[in-house]
Amino acid sequence: MSGISRRRFLAASVAGCAATTLAGTKKALASGSFSGYPEGMGVLVDLTRCVGCRSCEAACNKEQQLPAPELPFDDKSVFDQTFHDGKQLRRPDENAYTVVNRYQPASSDQPVYRKVQCNHCSEPACLTSCFVNAYTKTKEGAVIYNSKVCVGCRNCMIACPFHIPGYSYSSAFDPVVKKCIFCHETRLKNGLPPACVEICPQEALTFGKRKELLKIGNNRIQTHPGRYVNRIYGEKELGGTSWMYLSPVPFSEVGFDPNPGNDPIINQVKDFLGTVPMVLAIWPAMFAGFHLLAKKHDGHEGHDQTADKTPGDEGDEQ
Amino acid sequence: MNAKLFGVTLIMAVSILATGSLSLAGDMPEQVSLDTMVKYFSGVKFDHAMHTELGEDCSRCHHHTTGTGTTDSRCVSCHADSDGVANVACRDCHVVDPFSAEHLNQKALSRYQFHIDKPGLKAVYHWNCVGCHETMSGPTGCQTCHTRTPDGDAFFHADASPVDTNWVKQLFDLK
Repeated sequence: MSGISRRRFLAASVAGCAATTLAGTKKALASGSFSGYPEGMGVLVDLTRCVGCRSCEAACNKEQQLPAPELPFDDKSVFDQTFHDGKQLRRPDENAYTVVNRYQPASSDQPVYRKVQCNHCSEPACLTSCFVNAYTKTKEGAVIYNSKVCVGCRNCMIACPFHIPGYSYSSAFDPVVKKCIFCHETRLKNGLPPACVEICPQEALTFGKRKELLKIGNNRIQTHPGRYVNRIYGEKELGGTSWMYLSPVPFSEVGFDPNPGNDPIINQVKDFLGTVPMVLAIWPAMFAGFHLLAKKHDGHEGHDQTADKTPGDEGDEQ
Repeated sequence: MNAKLFGVTLIMAVSILATGSLSLAGDMPEQVSLDTMVKYFSGVKFDHAMHTELGEDCSRCHHHTTGTGTTDSRCVSCHADSDGVANVACRDCHVVDPFSAEHLNQKALSRYQFHIDKPGLKAVYHWNCVGCHETMSGPTGCQTCHTRTPDGDAFFHADASPVDTNWVKQLFDLK
C-alpha cells in the first residue's frame, strides 16, 4: 500500500515539474522572436529592370578590393556557365560577393536577369548557427561578420537558406567564410548606398528604409498591373529579409525557392534548443532529488528491517 | 559700334560652342550634353534636333513639362489639367544621387505619396533612351552612345583573361 502511493507521488511530481518547465520555456521562446530593426535599410531588386550588364559585380569587386576576375565584367559568356551537370548557375564565392545570373522563364520570351548576393535576413540563420558569435545584424540592416573570430567551421554555409556564404578554400592556413556585407564598413554605416546600387544604370536596385521599400514595392505592383507577380519576395519569407525582390514571372522560374515558409530558420530548432538549458539545469537537480528520495526510503526500510530484526538479534546476543 | 557688338556676339557664340553644352535654335537646343555623371563612360552628345524630328510629341520625353499634357493613367488623376512647368531638363527633377541620406529623408517627409518612387537621373536617361531605341531599332549597346574611359576599362577589368594553365599540361606532358 505504501509502495503504490510512493509511485503515485513520484509520477505526479514528474508531471507537475515538466508542465511548469515547459510552460515557462514556451513563454520565453515566444518573446524571443525578432522582426528586424525598425529603421533598418534594405534594397528592393526589380527584376523587370535588370539588363544583365554586370556593373554591380564590377562595383562590388572594386569596393571590396576583391581579386581580379578571370573574365572582364562586361563579358556576357558567364551567363552560359553552369555547374553540377547544368543544374546550378553561378554562385557568390570568396572572389565575388555578388553575381548576376540569366534565366529563361517558361512563361516569358524575354530572359530575366537576377543579381544574387546576401539577402541580409532580419533573423539570419548564419548568425544563429555560428557558435563563436562571429555574425552581427547591425541596426542599419546589414549582416556582417568578424573574420578574426571565424574558425572556419562552415556551419553558416549549411544554415543559410540562400546558399550565400562562400569559403576561402584557396587559403591553406587561415580559411574563413566570406560574403556580401552590404558595404557596411565603407558605405552603409556612413549613410551611403552600397556600391552595386550606386553603379546600377537601370535603378534595378532601389535603396532605402526597408519599410519604405515595402511601400514602393506595393506601389509598383499596384500601378503596373500585369508587369509583376503579386508578391514581394523577402517581405515575409524566412522571417523577412533586408533585400527584397519584385519579379515579372513566378519566383520559382528565376531560381527562388517559391515556398521557403515565413518562419526564420531558427524557429525550426528553437523548441529543441529551448529544452537544452532545461535539461542541463533541471535534470541534474531533479534526478539527484529522486536519487536522494529513493536512497532515503531505502535507508528507512533497511532501518526498519534492522529494527524488526533487532529484538531477535538482541535477544540472541543477550 | 556695330563691329564691337559683332565681336562680343562672336565671342559669346564661340564660347557657347566651345563648352559644347548647347547651341540654341529658337528656344530649343540642337544638341544637349549629358555629362553630369561622367566617370567610367564619357558623356553623351545628344542630338536633340534630330530626335525632335523623330518624336511624335515633346511630352514623349518631357512628360508634364512641355508639349501636350500627360496621358499616363497614373498621372492624370492629379495632373490632367496641370500646366507645363518651368523645368524642362531631365536633371531639374531627377537627381544624380537618388539614394543619398539627404534625398531619402526628404522623400520620407514628402506629402506627395505618388512621388515616393521617382527614379534618379541615370535611370531615366537609360530607360528613356534605351527603351525607345529598342522599339525604334536604335542603337542599344553601351558604347554606341557613350565610349568607355580608361577608368571604365580598369573598372570592368577589360584586360582580364583566364589563368593560363597550359604550362602544367606541357610540363607533365598531359594530353
